[in-house]
Amino acid sequence: MIARVTANGLVVEARGLAKSYGARRVVDDVSFEVAAGECVGLLGPNGAGKTTTIKMVTCFLPPDAGALRVAGLPMEPRHHRAIKRRLGIVHQEDSLDPDLSVEKNLTIYASYFDVPAAAARRRAAELIDFAALAEHRRSRIRTLSGGMKRRLMLARALLNDPALLVLDEPTTGLDPQARRLVWERIRQLKTRGTTILLTTHYMEEAARLCDRLIIMDGGRIVAAGTTAELIARCVGDEVVEVRLADDADDHARFVAALAGGPWRVERAGQMVYVQLRGGDGDERLARALVGREFTRRCATLEDVFLTLTGHSLRD
Amino acid sequence: MVPTRGALRIWRRDYESWKRYAPAFVVSALGGPVFYLVAIGWGVGRFVTDIGGVPYAVFLAPGLVASAAMNSASFETTFGSYTRMSEQQTYRALLATPCSVADIVAGDALWGASKSVLAVALVLVITAALGLVTSWQAILMLPVAFLVGLAFGMLGLVVTALASSYNSFEYYFTLGIQVMFVFSGVFFPLDSMPSWAQTAAWFLPLTHAVTLCRALAAGAASAALLAPAAWLAVMTCAAFVLAERLVRRRILQ
Repeated sequence: MIARVTANGLVVEARGLAKSYGARRVVDDVSFEVAAGECVGLLGPNGAGKTTTIKMVTCFLPPDAGALRVAGLPMEPRHHRAIKRRLGIVHQEDSLDPDLSVEKNLTIYASYFDVPAAAARRRAAELIDFAALAEHRRSRIRTLSGGMKRRLMLARALLNDPALLVLDEPTTGLDPQARRLVWERIRQLKTRGTTILLTTHYMEEAARLCDRLIIMDGGRIVAAGTTAELIARCVGDEVVEVRLADDADDHARFVAALAGGPWRVERAGQMVYVQLRGGDGDERLARALVGREFTRRCATLEDVFLTLTGHSLRD
Repeated sequence: MVPTRGALRIWRRDYESWKRYAPAFVVSALGGPVFYLVAIGWGVGRFVTDIGGVPYAVFLAPGLVASAAMNSASFETTFGSYTRMSEQQTYRALLATPCSVADIVAGDALWGASKSVLAVALVLVITAALGLVTSWQAILMLPVAFLVGLAFGMLGLVVTALASSYNSFEYYFTLGIQVMFVFSGVFFPLDSMPSWAQTAAWFLPLTHAVTLCRALAAGAASAALLAPAAWLAVMTCAAFVLAERLVRRRILQ
């Protein structure tokens, strides 16, 4: 069951958000919503404005313009305390108290939300189980692995039973096993109806966890929808990946052979990606591919991302 | 802008994190004052007849008590708070809860002031055992230590909010804390300095802390002590407002 936290069922309502640092506009006219019970992913290359958007939603940064409501309250300094009471935030960097035990990390944090001591201990015990840290209840933080710390960060953000859980790159820096365990916990939260807003650089993570995605680039939203919608709208059904030889003439010949076909061609260095819809133009493509090394596969979110935000390196 | 009960929760967090390091604190809180008492109080004191009718060690002891209050809070809200602000990202974690920047600044300063009280209590026990503090009014040095600790705690947080690394504290400890330690009347009476220097010393918070402690050690409490106490209270409020602003600018952007 999904608790209705606001009258209209929306936990985040952002209209025309903008933020500039000096002359640099990092978020520009961003509008989106997160409904109760939804898991929404914010994707985009570095510098796209994801983190700035998250900071505005979590009372860490005042927007320059636009209207923002979180947990039913307008984002104004006098409401910050009430809004934060209803938020659970997992920042990218670990911010656990290194000199406290796993359990103390949770009970002390619960006190900031005015959870009474007995209730805090109960809640901490439940969340320690949830985070699969029962054996480490009395351990100090420095003895935990990266994955355990992330899970504890996640558990800590759930102490106040938040109306909105904000995860800023929840699995960055984790090994594949640890990442899968975090994913599993997030999926568990989804089935319980927790509303989640997350940012990520991992397309697999976004595709697995999010009901809906918002792709940002250069401070703006460039596309939004479910994974399937975005793939269908922006890429097609299948992608043929072709690795070209290191020969400029050959490149030109291949691109010319594909020109004007019922597909879209994306290039990145030695690689050419031919995005296909249905079986259209198969014969012509087959001719162009003769004698070349290629892979034909289903279109993925990664194709959407690279198509929308380009293949060049961002620093 | 106004701190709430969140400050007390943060105090508790700081205390819980510190507990295991209590033995190190006892050594550092007692070490400095005891070494100064032995080396300067008796070592140098043998060549000093008396100051204002009291033996030199008796003159020196309350000054060292005031310095102990200054040092404990200053270390806590510089090195300690800087660690929480940058290395451990504690401030960020706190701002993800209903706690505000005002709660953080007040909580850390309160904790610094608590450590000052503890340090002064330890030093008082030693000085009283050595017969250097004779009046029961010396008990009032504990609330004075709290006020002095709060004042230096807030100042430390102003410095922390401006610090770019741990190295930045070298300036504050050498040009601020060290200067106060030697020019605030701990080691010699201020009226032996030229009048311009006495005026300058009036602006140093430790001067007022020393005035308070010396009077209480001698059992000479009077309404006149309200002036230095008020001076410290006003400075504490001003530094709080400044620290809150600077910490906010530093982390909420």
